[in-house]
Amino acid sequence: MTAHLPALQVVIPLLAAPLCVLLRSRTIAWLLFLAAAVAALVCASVLAWQVADGEVIHYAMGGWEPPAGIEYVIDRANVPVLILVAAIGVAAAVYCRASIAAEIEASRIPLFYACLCLNLTGLLGITATGDAFNAFVFLEITSLSSYALVAMGRRRRALLAAFQYLIVGTIGATFVLIGIGLAYAVTGTLNMADLAQRLPDIYGNRALGAAVIFVFVGLAIKMALFPLHGWLPGAYAESPSAVSVFLSATNTKVAIYLLLRFAFGVFGAALVFGRMPITEVGLVLACLAMLVASAVACFQSDFKYLLAWSSIAQVGYIVAGFSLATSDGVTAAYLHVINHAVIKGALFAAAGIVVLRLGAARLSDMAGMGRTMPWTFAAIVLAGLGLVGVPPTAGFVSKWVLAEALIADGRWAVLAVLLVSSLLSLVYVGRVIEAGWFRRHSESVAVERPPLTMSAAMWALVLVSLVFGLVPEWPLSLAEGASSVLVGVAK
Amino acid sequence: MSLLVLMDVSLFTLLLATALAITRLRALYEATMLTALAGLLSASLFVVLDALDVAITEAAVGTGISTVLFIAALRLTRSREAVTPRRRLWSGGAVAVLLGATLLYAAQDLPPFAEPDTPVQTNPVTQTYLHESQEDIGVPNTVAAVLASYRGYDTLGELVVIFTAGVTVPLLLLRTRRRAERDEAHAGEEGAEGGTEPGTEHGTEHGREHSAEHGAEHGAEHGTEKGAEHRSARAVVMSEYRVLRVASKVLMPFILLFACYVLFHGDYGPGGGFQAGVIFAAGFVLYSLVFGIGEVERVLPWPVMLGLVPVGVLLYAGLGVANMALGGAFLDYDTLVPGHPEEGQHYGILIIETGVGITVAAVLIAVYYSFANRGARR
Repeated sequence: MTAHLPALQVVIPLLAAPLCVLLRSRTIAWLLFLAAAVAALVCASVLAWQVADGEVIHYAMGGWEPPAGIEYVIDRANVPVLILVAAIGVAAAVYCRASIAAEIEASRIPLFYACLCLNLTGLLGITATGDAFNAFVFLEITSLSSYALVAMGRRRRALLAAFQYLIVGTIGATFVLIGIGLAYAVTGTLNMADLAQRLPDIYGNRALGAAVIFVFVGLAIKMALFPLHGWLPGAYAESPSAVSVFLSATNTKVAIYLLLRFAFGVFGAALVFGRMPITEVGLVLACLAMLVASAVACFQSDFKYLLAWSSIAQVGYIVAGFSLATSDGVTAAYLHVINHAVIKGALFAAAGIVVLRLGAARLSDMAGMGRTMPWTFAAIVLAGLGLVGVPPTAGFVSKWVLAEALIADGRWAVLAVLLVSSLLSLVYVGRVIEAGWFRRHSESVAVERPPLTMSAAMWALVLVSLVFGLVPEWPLSLAEGASSVLVGVAK
Repeated sequence: MSLLVLMDVSLFTLLLATALAITRLRALYEATMLTALAGLLSASLFVVLDALDVAITEAAVGTGISTVLFIAALRLTRSREAVTPRRRLWSGGAVAVLLGATLLYAAQDLPPFAEPDTPVQTNPVTQTYLHESQEDIGVPNTVAAVLASYRGYDTLGELVVIFTAGVTVPLLLLRTRRRAERDEAHAGEEGAEGGTEPGTEHGTEHGREHSAEHGAEHGAEHGTEKGAEHRSARAVVMSEYRVLRVASKVLMPFILLFACYVLFHGDYGPGGGFQAGVIFAAGFVLYSLVFGIGEVERVLPWPVMLGLVPVGVLLYAGLGVANMALGGAFLDYDTLVPGHPEEGQHYGILIIETGVGITVAAVLIAVYYSFANRGARR
């Protein structure tokens, strides 16, 4: 049975989605989503253990040998992302039972869980596949279900946010498809490994150059790299709480993984970073993202919008890491993908509890919540310190590794921007803490305890972020393994 | 050869002209009709390229179903585009110009059209598909062999994309009981107000306007009885056209039969589950356009329709799991008939094509139904 794990971890969530629609019971649908996420996590963990010593697992779909057939390739570059997505899926599943019941009309809930299952399927499928076109197919599954999930937000503005996300996201997906199509036209293959083998012979081909540009711009939209981030604030802030937790921690991260896979595993670092100025473009955009998005976050009056703008800035850190194209830089990028996903998941979980109990997440509504909701506030403080990068939190570790990578490459200007952006993040996290602790609400109201499952999921994510800060060996080894596979391939 | 070139040139010119006309039009019904034309032109281009499977799909989807869905959506909104100020057009224009420039740049190094020695033609993968598929799978239509077996997992993914659409549209447009009740209560209140107010404020212009508004809303909106009446009224208008009524009734059995032919003959000629599902759905949509959605609902009630949406995906993915249980890889149809892989492939392709057909048809009908039902009650 273990031979089928690469397929099963995607097929189980895939089967859960139609079952949710068919059985149309709220409880069963929730159980199916939870079971699918747990099963995917188990599969991913076993796979991680199997590839830990550098082995690569190939799984030929339909029994057809690649490149004629589609294959799944599990190596140390994608298991960290698989574990991350599945684990966040489990946390979101635990979290969403109470949260969804409060936010969405009962008759929509089974279909809603079907969308969550589909989203999970898509994310895992993109990560596991070794076929360029197959990655696009699963990107479509993820995108379509994300649009619907965002549109389920409690305010009418969610519909507008979802529509914006739909238009921009569709353009991004189309660009990826055009890029893959051009690469196919000049090689005749869609298998990533086969492409990587054939492409070096035709470096300098203008169609190939355009293919790189299309795939990268398309994925830059999907991962909300500045200045293509327009869809993100509305999508994260207006979506239902559980969806914010899940999407913020996984969607952009998987797009980043796919970009890394295309850069190192398909087009090749020699083309992308050697012949094309992706390093320079990436670093400039990353610096702009860190500065502008952090600055905008400082002026937000809504906690969820603040977190969303901070996410755009954090994408900047990750892009700065892998743009260096050094092994240290890619390690830093992977580490920050993991750490930021956990931290941002925890913060959006806390924001969801705030919305549930206080009715809105405006900073003015949060005045005095340090006294009325002490535990939730404590979680916000702990995760917020991680976001700033105060030692000994997870955010500190990944920023430190990133700073080391920048110093090793002699990018002092980027390092300076990193420091300024961290100071700005201190400002915006400080504003939240100031609102919650130092300001008093006009009338003191007793706030009911949040549902146990929601706070359990939030605390699990907060604790993981603390553990990753205190004992960073495991995530660091995952990130180093990934970068050795990706950058090692290029050399 | 020169005739083909002439056809290509004229089709592309027409396509370009249609696309430009669509961007210039402000009236959205007219623009929708032109998108249908664009779909038909693309389908013709695919025929010239000998890509018949794609041509059927484009004709059925691009010209047929998507036009109907556009119209159904337009009925819920305004049918005229708001004018975008000129100064807000430059950013979109810049992106379009940049996109065109990049594509032109790429086109310089693309392999020449219709040459036998392009990378795609000489690649061993293409050779496998063209030559070995006869022995491996034994299906005369190579396209079906590639889509259903060699890259069957992609087709499953595409089916899941369609299934996602079938889940998301009802999720968004579903009229929940809570909202329906609220709307009804609202309509009832307004109706009562509308009944009393004009009596007291009669004569003033304000009052007259007010009552007219209420009257219109009351007449057109909500209330199951009123909705049903309204729906049947519209159906009567459409089915009063004798030509429409007779033609659609005569066409209906042939459309459904043709769908079955496309489904089961997909191994031998152009077609397959996807095209069959779209054609099948088109039959139902045509019928409901003329006779009203209520008539279709009598044959295929909403819960049944929504229940059929996941069936195809379950069939497809379930077959893959069965293959695993029989000792092969996911979707390895060889395992279905031990010892006779070719027969196994045949059964496997038939099962998955049926699954694709069921889900595609159910999704398209459900999506159309979601739009039409909302329109009928507004």
